[in-house]
Amino acid sequence: MPDIFTKTMARNIYWGGSVFFILVFLALTFDTTQRLPERDHRENITEQVALGKAVWEQNNCIGCHTLLGEGAYFAPELGNVYQRFGNSKEAIKGFIKSRPVDGIPGRRSMPQFNLTEEELEAIAEFLKWTSEVNTENWPPNING
Amino acid sequence: MSEAQLRYQSQAVAMPYFIAAIGLFVGQVLFGLIMGLQYVWGDFLFPEIPFNVARMVHTNLLIVWLLFGFMGAAYYLVPEESERELHSPKLALALFWIFLIAGVLTIVGYLAVPYATLAKITGNDILPTMGREFLEQPTITKIGIVIVALGFLYNIGMTVLSGRKTVISVVLLTGLVGLAVMFLFSFYNPENLILDKYFWWWVVHLWVEGVWELILGAILAFVLIKTTGVDREVIDKWLYVIIAAALITGILGTGHHYYWIGAPAYWQWLGSVFSAFEPIPFFMMTIFAFNMVFKRRKQHPNKATVLWAMGTGVMAFLGAGVWGFMHTLAPVNYYTHGTQITAAHGHMAFYGAYAMIVLTIISYAMPKLRGIGTAMSNRAQVVEMWSFWLMTVAMVFITLFLTAAGVLQVWLQRYQPNPMPFMATQDQVAIFYWCRQLSGIVFAIGLILYIFSFFIKGEQPQAEPAKA
Repeated sequence: MPDIFTKTMARNIYWGGSVFFILVFLALTFDTTQRLPERDHRENITEQVALGKAVWEQNNCIGCHTLLGEGAYFAPELGNVYQRFGNSKEAIKGFIKSRPVDGIPGRRSMPQFNLTEEELEAIAEFLKWTSEVNTENWPPNING
Repeated sequence: MSEAQLRYQSQAVAMPYFIAAIGLFVGQVLFGLIMGLQYVWGDFLFPEIPFNVARMVHTNLLIVWLLFGFMGAAYYLVPEESERELHSPKLALALFWIFLIAGVLTIVGYLAVPYATLAKITGNDILPTMGREFLEQPTITKIGIVIVALGFLYNIGMTVLSGRKTVISVVLLTGLVGLAVMFLFSFYNPENLILDKYFWWWVVHLWVEGVWELILGAILAFVLIKTTGVDREVIDKWLYVIIAAALITGILGTGHHYYWIGAPAYWQWLGSVFSAFEPIPFFMMTIFAFNMVFKRRKQHPNKATVLWAMGTGVMAFLGAGVWGFMHTLAPVNYYTHGTQITAAHGHMAFYGAYAMIVLTIISYAMPKLRGIGTAMSNRAQVVEMWSFWLMTVAMVFITLFLTAAGVLQVWLQRYQPNPMPFMATQDQVAIFYWCRQLSGIVFAIGLILYIFSFFIKGEQPQAEPAKA
């Protein structure tokens, strides 16, 4: 690098640039948190939805599935599974309940988690709530 | 004192950190192979090791071995930069054992009991932090990580602040403090999934596309000073420009994760524009490494280290830069988000940027830590360089096959007029998963060869002056 560009100048760009963009990022984060309520419909987060998120986490569902595109890519996207299963919580619960303990020979299979009826209802409610978040029309189609 | 010895006795604490890093790396690759097989042989090890468990072990081992590597690097280079002994070598050793035991217990926990049981016995209900990608560790482990990080920062901080302050040591310390501070967001887990996701990225993105780049830059700069003899002023200036570019593009670049998770639509513009520039710091790292090596004032006998350093520049640019850019623009990401394209990018970026920089500093420091001298014997170095090429080329192919799988997946499942369901698509792309698995086996062979290279004896190569 030419000598007219000094180390001090480089350092100032680093400090100045970093501090400036940290402040911009914080301001945008503030703005985002102001706008989120109308996009995530948090008024619909019932105790059941909250329990559903806990069940989702405690069984490490993200280790195979994506949820709004984030997670593992081994099993289907679940952000729109509520619609994919015909807007039916019963279909979601039935699927989770019916997983064979020893899997399916040669195929990928979801483990049998032995969830209680309350937990099944909660996870279905959680996935229904998630499917109603404004995600700018993602995923592109019903297959996720 | 000759260059072949450790300048400061306390640098020796880096050795157990590096050995642990390599050991955990082996575990990571082993579980990678298990998962790769599960992609094509769905019930392999089912239900004993379901995919989610194998993945958790694979990714968590990666994070932990890189952290061991970063800490080892700090313990090695900070005394030399600060021109004084480490504040407390005893604390460094104690923290090593705490971190290793906590890490191993966590992995054993993943494998020994169902995850829900682990959540229960570790009291996840009291402060729920588990079950989120990469942050699967029980809350108690997370608290342990914070304690280890605090002790580590105290130790390194005291050494840096009371010794000679160099650009390298201050940038490294800034990166490490940032790493610890951003990790605190892993304790924020609101009931609202969207808020959870928004701030989850403050750990994940602001680590790998933020503060970790400071750590990477500092380690690379240190190794280049030592192996090329180029003037520190020149290296410092490069380091500042690289990390400036990293943070200026990377902080708002976080926006490329906010397109489809409920955040406002303006992130599509912000994220696209800023993350489009994120390859720049990585490109500069490549130019930096090659430039310094061309301008070298000495022919360092450790040729393997120089190879790793240049490889880091190139592979970080390809994996993080090029493969990141490929799917970072919002209109593209709309179709590629959460597919094998993401997996392809993740593999090459982590290997190229962070695995390789740790292997670079290990390659440089290990001969000295072991009392062998400035470099391993030529025979050992040849084997090490073979392992470099095997692992690196294998990773290129892993990435190419995953990219092919991803492109086909996007087409079949999301783009063509009659989109196919997820599992039907997976069957269609299976051939690429098989190819990826073969590349994975080559990678594992490279890793075995790498470890083998440490045990090859032979005569010390001599330093020679650079040709005019």
